[in-house]
Amino acid sequence: MSGKIPVTVLTGYLGAGKTTLLNRILSEPHGKKYAVIVNEFGEIGIDNDLVVGADEEVFEMNNGCICCTVRGDLIRIIDGLMKRKGKFDAIIVETTGLADPAPVAQTFFMDQDVGERARLDAVVTVADARWLLERLVDAPEAKNQIAFADVIVLNKIDLVTPAELETVEARIRTLNPAAKLHRTTKCALPIADVMDRNAFDLDRILEIEPDFLEQGHHHHHADDIRSMSFEIKGDVDPDKFMPWIQDLTQVQGPDILRCKGILAFKNEPRRFVFQGVHMLLDGDLQRDWHDGETRVSRAVFIGRNLDRDAIRKGFFATAA
Amino acid sequence: MNLSPPPVSLTQHVASLEAGEHVIAAAWLGATPALATPALETPALALSGGAVMLGGASAAQVRAEVHDDAGLMVATVANGHLFTGGGDGRICSVAADGRVTELARDAKGGWIDAIAASANGAVAFSVGKRVTARDAKGHLKTFETPSTAQGLAFAPKGYRLAMAHYNGATLWFPNTETPPQFLEWKGAHLDASFSADGRFVVTSMQENALHGWRLASKPTEKVAHMRMSGYPAKTRSFSWSHDGSWLATSGAEAVIIWPFQGDGPMGKAPRECGVRRSKVTQVAFHPGAYVIAAGYEDGCILLLRLTDASELLARPAIKDSAVTAISWDKAGKRLIFGCEDGQAGLLTLPA
Repeated sequence: MSGKIPVTVLTGYLGAGKTTLLNRILSEPHGKKYAVIVNEFGEIGIDNDLVVGADEEVFEMNNGCICCTVRGDLIRIIDGLMKRKGKFDAIIVETTGLADPAPVAQTFFMDQDVGERARLDAVVTVADARWLLERLVDAPEAKNQIAFADVIVLNKIDLVTPAELETVEARIRTLNPAAKLHRTTKCALPIADVMDRNAFDLDRILEIEPDFLEQGHHHHHADDIRSMSFEIKGDVDPDKFMPWIQDLTQVQGPDILRCKGILAFKNEPRRFVFQGVHMLLDGDLQRDWHDGETRVSRAVFIGRNLDRDAIRKGFFATAA
Repeated sequence: MNLSPPPVSLTQHVASLEAGEHVIAAAWLGATPALATPALETPALALSGGAVMLGGASAAQVRAEVHDDAGLMVATVANGHLFTGGGDGRICSVAADGRVTELARDAKGGWIDAIAASANGAVAFSVGKRVTARDAKGHLKTFETPSTAQGLAFAPKGYRLAMAHYNGATLWFPNTETPPQFLEWKGAHLDASFSADGRFVVTSMQENALHGWRLASKPTEKVAHMRMSGYPAKTRSFSWSHDGSWLATSGAEAVIIWPFQGDGPMGKAPRECGVRRSKVTQVAFHPGAYVIAAGYEDGCILLLRLTDASELLARPAIKDSAVTAISWDKAGKRLIFGCEDGQAGLLTLPA
């Protein structure tokens, strides 16, 4: 549905540069008005009528699903903002450095009122090039934030050598091959790279080098977050794919942080695009496959304890 | 399929009002000779941009700027005054003549999340977990709920406040040392309401359900729970019948009306009225009859009689004009309503 307000979620571990990026977005002469939902007042260097304080209240939904959590404060604030339509063009949600992005993202799936009026444009994660590798070892939140991202701003690259930068990027890619990655110093990048991305148009998935898809096949600790991507060179059968993906996310939802994909459905001129957070799935037929564009079906799964071979087998069994 | 004849139309008795902004609340305020025919109340619309519009179509309209650009978040009516909470953290009362009085101010200037006012002149509001109660004399008391107090409601008698929050509701006597009473029920509770006899507290929930507690009338009695579920959407509007025996609710493609005679709705089925292919967004019981004014997401407004389910059309469906506020005057002869796109109207029932 058109007319939904885009919402950008800014995450990133403590000190990575989230506030720098936020201030940059707000101060640039883009002619747009943003409503900003922040955790701490006072850090924003810009006067903005629509800066709203949030308190990161995570609610468990009373539906028996442990991973179905939403941000109660976000539901309330977005509800309030929607009564003032026309005063802003988009919403930015800044999370604390220790926040789990899942409840934020799930709010857009789980809450009908929010889902009808706003759409999650992208989860943008700011990462510190110098310290990310260490944080990935000692801070589970940092790992979640990378795994969840649609856009990763790898910041402070002036503080590392080219070799170190490559190592960090390779590590990010094992966690999340599907995110768009930008290298920055002081979060300097065109705002268009982070805002209004429609990141859930997931073209990045189709850009991943097929070789890369086979990486990360080496040994991992069982509880580690890993990613896996699969490609069927052709169509899938929706009557096989839908029950499979629903069953997979129902059973392994707690361990699947994100999944996304672009699929060619048999006898369907449009691309089917899906994405999910834990047990929640959202899918849509979007634009037509262009002339000369190869009809392929790709899916990416990011999560813990995932049985790569089983998921691979399951996905390939949906081929048309 | 229900093939009832199209409802009789009252639309020619509606005078339209141009509010211009999302209408947060509609109310009738105490009569003032300057603005309205004596003895008649003044219709008021609280607008999201921060102002309150007073006066019907025929009277000279007054616009009171209450919260400036910070926006008006919540509003409620009591004693012929409108009480508003803004994005500026201020609580104001607005009189029928447009006079604005600031009653309280949140120390940190946060958004007011909820507001309640009582017949004895008290007002309460919340900003996140901080709940402030102000009695008629202006004394402030504060209370911290375990999570954001999303809904507030005063008991009909005594200075007692119900606060809905995550995993339950808390009942608090601001002016006594009595420890607050915690009513536990898992899940996120949104709005709160007391029945007219003070025996029941009802909350709406994030999980598209209502929860009710029948309070103990003597120490030996236990609090009883009522689960009222099956709604396709959240209930954000409640209205009690004039005699307190029915509770009309929004959130379904019909008005759902729960029986509160005797021991409450446990084990009883609710009534349904005004079944349409659009969600009910606002409900308002007539002040003297079993008639409900129901506003729908598609902009339609129907008057529904509970006794025979007969329907009268007050407003046809209008695109992007979901009904966001409805209020009867005290005599039950006029109805003011407002919508999300800033359209509003005043229905005067034919004599």
